[in-house]
Amino acid sequence: MPRKIVKSKYFFEEDFIETIGEVSTEKVKDWGPNSQLKVVGKSLSRIDGYDKVSGTAKFSFDISLPNMVYAKTLRCPLPHAKIKKIDISEAKKVPGVLAVLTYENAPKIPWYYGMSFLFDPHLRYEGDEVACIAAETEQIAVDALKLIHVEYEELPFVVDAGAAMKPGAAKVHDAGNVVRGEPQIYKRGDIEKGFKQADVVVEDTFSTQVEIHNPTEPHCSVVNWDGSRLTIWDSTQGVFSVRDAIAGYLKMPASKVRVIKKYMGGAFGSKLEAGKYTVMAALLARETGRPVRIALDRRAMNLAVGNRPGSVQKLKVGAKKDGTLTAMNHYSYGAAGAYPSGAGCSRPFRTLYKCFNVRSEEYTVFINTGRGRPFRAPGHVQGTFAFESIIDETAEKIGMDPLAFRIKNYAEVDPASNRPYTGKLLRQAYKRGAAAIGWQDRKPAGSGSGPVKTGLGVATQIWWGGGGPPAYATLKLNRDGSAHVIAGSQDLGTGTYTFIAQVAAEVLEIPMEKIQVTLGDTAVAPYCGSSGGSTTAPSVSPAVRDAAEQMKTKLISAAAAVLEIPGNQLVYKNGIISVKNKPDKKLTIANIVRRMRERVLLTTGARNANPSGYAINTFGAQFARVEVDTYTGRISVKKIVAAHDIGRVLNRKTLENQVHGGILQGLGFALIEERVMDEFTGKMLNANLYDYKMPAIYNVPEIEVIIVSEGDAKISNTGVKGIGEPAMIPTPAAIANAVYNAIGVRLKSLPITPDKVLMALQG
Amino acid sequence: MKTIKIQLLVNNNEYEVSVSPNETLLDILRERLGLTGTKRGCEIGECGACTVVMNGEAVNSCLILAPQADGSKIMTVEGLMRNGEYHPLQQSFLNHDAVHCGFCTPGMLMSAYVLLQQKQNPTETGIKQAIAGNLCRCTGYQQIVEAIGDVGKKGETD
Ligand code: FES
Ligand code: FES
Repeated sequence: MPRKIVKSKYFFEEDFIETIGEVSTEKVKDWGPNSQLKVVGKSLSRIDGYDKVSGTAKFSFDISLPNMVYAKTLRCPLPHAKIKKIDISEAKKVPGVLAVLTYENAPKIPWYYGMSFLFDPHLRYEGDEVACIAAETEQIAVDALKLIHVEYEELPFVVDAGAAMKPGAAKVHDAGNVVRGEPQIYKRGDIEKGFKQADVVVEDTFSTQVEIHNPTEPHCSVVNWDGSRLTIWDSTQGVFSVRDAIAGYLKMPASKVRVIKKYMGGAFGSKLEAGKYTVMAALLARETGRPVRIALDRRAMNLAVGNRPGSVQKLKVGAKKDGTLTAMNHYSYGAAGAYPSGAGCSRPFRTLYKCFNVRSEEYTVFINTGRGRPFRAPGHVQGTFAFESIIDETAEKIGMDPLAFRIKNYAEVDPASNRPYTGKLLRQAYKRGAAAIGWQDRKPAGSGSGPVKTGLGVATQIWWGGGGPPAYATLKLNRDGSAHVIAGSQDLGTGTYTFIAQVAAEVLEIPMEKIQVTLGDTAVAPYCGSSGGSTTAPSVSPAVRDAAEQMKTKLISAAAAVLEIPGNQLVYKNGIISVKNKPDKKLTIANIVRRMRERVLLTTGARNANPSGYAINTFGAQFARVEVDTYTGRISVKKIVAAHDIGRVLNRKTLENQVHGGILQGLGFALIEERVMDEFTGKMLNANLYDYKMPAIYNVPEIEVIIVSEGDAKISNTGVKGIGEPAMIPTPAAIANAVYNAIGVRLKSLPITPDKVLMALQG
Repeated sequence: MKTIKIQLLVNNNEYEVSVSPNETLLDILRERLGLTGTKRGCEIGECGACTVVMNGEAVNSCLILAPQADGSKIMTVEGLMRNGEYHPLQQSFLNHDAVHCGFCTPGMLMSAYVLLQQKQNPTETGIKQAIAGNLCRCTGYQQIVEAIGDVGKKGETD
């Protein structure tokens, strides 16, 4: 199997990752359009569907072990405090309480890049971990938590990013509230010069709220020690990343830690890293000598396991009368929460359109709230909302149709690196999307009569999503012609199990029913990265194809030896190898494997390196039709057309589901969801699912999904790019632009709630 | 704490369980009877993941104290399959890909089951009402509505 070590670059959640890795150099034939394929691209039902509709699917929280005990965490009720005294004696006396961990008795395990510890007496947000109890039942643990007596020294706090940047603000950390002490600055060209060349200059300020991931399944782990070996069933997007982190925290060999995740109830970025709760459970399990299950409650989910940071974005755009962008400036700030995390949002601004003079300045600040984590297209959702809003404003100022303005500034090469794209079909996305929504009938802003006004809006999406190495897949072919694919990736509901089986079935030409897929188990699977960044399908599917192609080659070579005929005289069809022009001279997989005296043939496939010298991106355009009731301020999204270039579609059915879900989350961000903080107490006012509203059935618009791409053959042997994040990125901006088109007043602060609409209408 | 003996008929199996007064039906189903198909997303009646059928009505089992359920007839997602065959709702959920991560699915199925028991061929509005209390964070809901509607149209309610 041809392999080599190469450098390869790809984008993962918040940054470019350069890897040096072993990749496959096997050149296989491009698959061509999906119409030429038998299994890949089809609308097939999920292979794990039975488990999910029958209730047999075991999520981490469903794992029950004999003699298991339950752990619960005490969380800080204040936004900023130091523990003066903590008394656990009463809690320890409760019958059924087995162990209590606090900063006084737990090992000092460094956390948050060495800025804190697993248990830290200095608590920096409401929800920070104070103690953890293991008990015979969860209820005993919950009751005993109330008997831990803590005396806090209350410290000054700040829970708003803007306030945290002001001189004299309460300090979250001694070094000051600006993360790294300085902004992130990006520039190309000369914006002064560019603004001078402009005929119109538009300036505006936009803001976005903090959004909470709130996957339906709470974060949880079940841990079990078996001598010196630790097994963890974790609700995670990255089994290997959790394994290595836990091994590091507990100072044990990674080989002795096994992390398993079979099914998970959503994550959206909030389950990319190892949680404190997992380490606490492991410590408690060691102390009690029993397995431990730990699960967060919904309140903790809202406070302590991540969020999409809010943003304030001041934008300035200059353009000539003919629509050419001449200069753009972006200034923004947002809050990491109490510990470092990224709040930048200027990437779409830098990369979406052709413009030579660009500058951005981004501040990430500490505040006394839970730390941010990547959330489905981090930075891009909020950045695209502001940028695509001001692009609309600029188009209007020079009297151009917003769509025509975007096409006028179409980037033929990546504006940041000047590299060509491996593929970019955004023009087709604009064209087909516009036709589907009826863009030609769009009326001037606010021109409708009557109290309920209709509007159309568009927004563009750019994201990476090309994936990359390392990613491996092991294929085991059994004597009976059935196969088992094993990969260290995970299925978040995104259909990973299913597309892996499809790719293997396509190459080996065996029925899907004969293929079994195992994912999310560090003890048995070859390495794949965490599932985030829309990288899973583009990274893993080529490794699976590589493994299957190798298997086919192996079978043909073996058949050649059995038949004593050169391999090039043989043809492989539907798992049968026959001699060209002599169809009765043939061998089945079973014949070959038996002759080899094997029961399981093995290959391991690898993801190829990304092509150098190219930018790899996904693109898309979404169009929204909304109705705004000017009496009540209510917005009803009637239709979203989502037209995307995401390389090859592996499974049309699961893809549509993924796009619908992304759009609904985008709609939630545009109109509904918001973490509400009380600036006087520093507490979150809506840390539950009743007050923290998420989209429910009544918010659903009609959705039309258009995929304009076939495989992007420059990237990999499957030509797949990711769709998870692209689906959500442009939705809020498209809705906001449609609202403007409906009422003629621009809403610049998300979420666009009825009160904001009414205020804006009244000027 | 004092325990109370309760009788439950769950998926046509009889159980007698000693429960504490503060245990919920959800706890009993999951932790005592091992029926983990019913999910716990919030414990306070906000997400619908714990929906089961109790005496013919869809209820949030996290809001039912175990003693309240004494003598009740309960159906959970595990009770949907008949002789190893999918219930039409299960088949339809698969056909429409009304399932993503699958965490909300058992609750959705139970809400849909009760709807179809009570109303043949429900309207789209009726379907929306029936699952309005079931939150899904992954799908766009549309597939779920269509999956339920399809079964209703075919009149396969049981
Ligand atoms: S767990 Fe019962 S409604 Fe959420
Ligand atoms: S499928 Fe994930 S919550 Fe509904």
